[in-house]
Amino acid sequence: MLTLVIFLPLAAALLLPAVPRRAVPWAWVAAGLADLALIAGMWAAHGTRGGTSYEADVRWIPSVRAGYHVGADGLSLPLLTLTALLFAACAVYSVRRERRTRAFAMLFLFLETVCLGVFAALDLLLFFVFFDLSIVGMYFVILVWGHGDGAARSALKFFLYTFLGSLFLLLGFIGLYLGSEPRTFDIAELTRDPPLEDAPALAGLTLLALGVGLGIKTPVVPFHTWLPPAHTDAPAPGSAILAGVMLKMGAYGLVRIAMPMLPGAWHRYAPAVLVVGLVSVLYGALVALAQDDVKRLVAYTSVNHMGYVVLALGAAGYADGTDGGAPASGPRLAVTGAVTQMVSHGLITGALFLLCGVLHARAGTHDLRRFGGVARAAPVFAGTFAAAAFASLGLPGFSGFVAEFQIFAGTIGTGAAATAAAGALAVLGIVVTAGLFLRVLHRLLLGGPGELTGRVGDLRRGEAAAIVPLLSLSLLIGLLPGPLLDTIEPLSAAVTGWVAR
Amino acid sequence: MNENPADLAPELCLLLAAVLGLVGGMFLSRTGQWRVAVLGAAGALGGLAAAGAAATRPDLMAFGSFAVDPVTHVTRIVVLASVPPVLALAAGAVRGHPRESEHYVLILLSALGTVMLGGAADLLVIVAAYLLASIPAYALAGFGKDAPGTEAALKYYLMGAFLGVLMLAGVTLLSGVAGGTAYPQLRAGLAGAPDAAVAAGAVALLAGLLFKAGAVPGHFWVPDVAQGAPPAVAAFVTTVPKIGAFAALYRFGADALPDGAAGWPVLVAVVAAAAMTLGNLAAFGQRNVRRLLAYSTVSQAGYLLVPVAAAGRTGLAEPAVLFYLGAYAVTNVGAFAVVLAAGRDDLRGYTGLLRAAPVTGLALAVCLLGFVGTPPTAVFAAKVLMFGAAIDGGLGWLAVVAAVNTVASVFYYLRWIVPMCRAPDGPFRPARGAALVAAGAAVCSLLLGAGAGVALAL
Repeated sequence: MLTLVIFLPLAAALLLPAVPRRAVPWAWVAAGLADLALIAGMWAAHGTRGGTSYEADVRWIPSVRAGYHVGADGLSLPLLTLTALLFAACAVYSVRRERRTRAFAMLFLFLETVCLGVFAALDLLLFFVFFDLSIVGMYFVILVWGHGDGAARSALKFFLYTFLGSLFLLLGFIGLYLGSEPRTFDIAELTRDPPLEDAPALAGLTLLALGVGLGIKTPVVPFHTWLPPAHTDAPAPGSAILAGVMLKMGAYGLVRIAMPMLPGAWHRYAPAVLVVGLVSVLYGALVALAQDDVKRLVAYTSVNHMGYVVLALGAAGYADGTDGGAPASGPRLAVTGAVTQMVSHGLITGALFLLCGVLHARAGTHDLRRFGGVARAAPVFAGTFAAAAFASLGLPGFSGFVAEFQIFAGTIGTGAAATAAAGALAVLGIVVTAGLFLRVLHRLLLGGPGELTGRVGDLRRGEAAAIVPLLSLSLLIGLLPGPLLDTIEPLSAAVTGWVAR
Repeated sequence: MNENPADLAPELCLLLAAVLGLVGGMFLSRTGQWRVAVLGAAGALGGLAAAGAAATRPDLMAFGSFAVDPVTHVTRIVVLASVPPVLALAAGAVRGHPRESEHYVLILLSALGTVMLGGAADLLVIVAAYLLASIPAYALAGFGKDAPGTEAALKYYLMGAFLGVLMLAGVTLLSGVAGGTAYPQLRAGLAGAPDAAVAAGAVALLAGLLFKAGAVPGHFWVPDVAQGAPPAVAAFVTTVPKIGAFAALYRFGADALPDGAAGWPVLVAVVAAAAMTLGNLAAFGQRNVRRLLAYSTVSQAGYLLVPVAAAGRTGLAEPAVLFYLGAYAVTNVGAFAVVLAAGRDDLRGYTGLLRAAPVTGLALAVCLLGFVGTPPTAVFAAKVLMFGAAIDGGLGWLAVVAAVNTVASVFYYLRWIVPMCRAPDGPFRPARGAALVAAGAAVCSLLLGAGAGVALAL
């Protein structure tokens, strides 16, 4: 079942050359929506149970005990749904695209398979295969469809940087493999019986390799420098996928692989993770404040938002006491918040990047200084943009608030002095983010008309159909977070338990 | 002692095809000489069948000097499977040439030498196989009789002669101190021999084998031959003879030397690091795709030496070497096939290939990304094994060097891919036969990667 969901987009991509030219966008939308419906159905059937559903395990390279092992649990289901949703939104958004639509659709469908595969993989080698292919796919998106003269450069930087990360990740995986007894690449087995327990130095090195690999992808400061150019030069749907889905792979890997498999090392190096998260939060927010290119600005807020996730996961590393078997509530809250933040950031940033794409499609630039008073010229666009900006800065009622509130409550509530201080400092990030989004709204939407304001027409129906559902869902999660949190809760309890063991 | 010639059936098939081809070529009209290529391919396929059958039987030693074990099986299979596509590539280029049949025969003989090199378990057999693999290749390199080809052949020959003499000296020294040339004797004899003599002998032997492998410091011929020789020959000499050399290196390290003697693992590890680094650095600035591929093969030789260095210290070394050999051969033949199909040497000539000839372009993209080690291509699985062998064999630093080099190599492979994605600036007609070989190689690479489990189980 899960295999069908993963490979349905790829199958659609392979069939696409046979589809008549006019029908290509619609075939793409249909494939995306069908996949989304399947995943939503799977989530509904899984409900809020703990444990893994829809498992499939086929032997692949038996001599190193690597297999095609996939499954979905409380951590992967929300992310799988987010992936399918964002890809469907990109398909809807691109319906009117004219330049090489067929190849674009095929590449995106391929990317969808790859991204779904990452979140479903329960085998390290399989995870790596999908992880690496996502880099290749996104490279071609930026290279071929990127705008600006710098696209080839940005694409190269993106490829080199994230590929370096992926190789470190591979070394880390091999470290885990060699440290396990009996040797295996299976995530479930490695989680059950963590490797390298009695070799703290090796475990530390392995965690370092994993941390660098996943940290580049997340991205955390100081490994974030590939992100702004890649986002700026990628086409809008590419940026939305890159920020909305692919950045999650790093954080997902931390929760899925690093924390359960190296609990001792994670516990020991939790302060470092905490600091990296905090620096990413503050640095991302401050640099975003200084941007005039609105797409670049959104890219830096991604560094800030993913910083909260890393911060929370670092705080979860402080989980030590199991008072009477039940893990303490602070770390659990932090992990739940982190996963919620991944989903929330995917929805909101996806919408923001698509809105930036609208701006670029109309006026050919993202430069804030050349706009002004867009609210009068394009009221629907302005309203949507304002909603997305408020959601992103964590206004209560949107999903961002639910996520960030839990992250702060969990981080501060862990009980250690360090986490309390880090949590308190990270709140400053919210203040800066609020300031910078208000500045954007002020410059872009309000005030007198700018040089290019006349070119900005309102949202078309297709664009609205892509963007509005993302924001509505963010609003829905903000108002009714129950189902999402209940799905994640068993998983975060398990992760906290693993780290504390 | 086992002296059953049937154990050498795959080699005999190749030899028979070569001899029949040589004789038959004399009686065929100039337009009918393609039959020799068909004969050679048939011989290779027959050998392949024999090798496949031999792989199911238990290991043995033939004539006391030729090991028939998994290393030999894989060498045989990879070499014999590479011969038909290489013959197909060559056939397109030398059709109607006055020496057409000799061209095919030289390829077959060099391949035969390579297989012997891979299976040799005796220093004297190594020397004979080295010569058999090299001399036809010298002639092939100069086959075009043009200035670049002649220069390439001369350089190739001089390097080969020089390092071959060194190797001969090493063989003499080692057999002198060990009291024999067969590997079991060497292993026993060298254990008590003076370290300096063993080290000197091993280094000298290494020189010759590194020349065949195209690794630093014996790599100087690689770019010149790849650029100067006819492209089909370039595809052949940068792929096939290397396979035998790596098999021989692995076997020598694992079977002939006492554990850790003469600092062998460290020596090979340093050579590996140097080969991958220098190969990559030199590839950066190349504008000629054949030179670029040549330097890429030097760096690939470095990765291939990593599990050789870990030989005997981890169970992952042998599958890593063997799988990497197959993966490398497929990918390299594929990449050179695209060069032949396109018929262009300049990087700029590939502008728009992906749109003008999607199948060939895609094949090239798969091969180049395959060299990088992108899943799910064959080299990916090979690199995972290689990293595993390095870390498990206590060569963690080499794994890091290999990882950094892999990232660096992305840069120049992408320099080739980037123009491919642009808009084409003119019509593009890839040669049909070579394009077919390229597509086949790309598909093989993907299948070998996805089906790595099946391949490794054998």
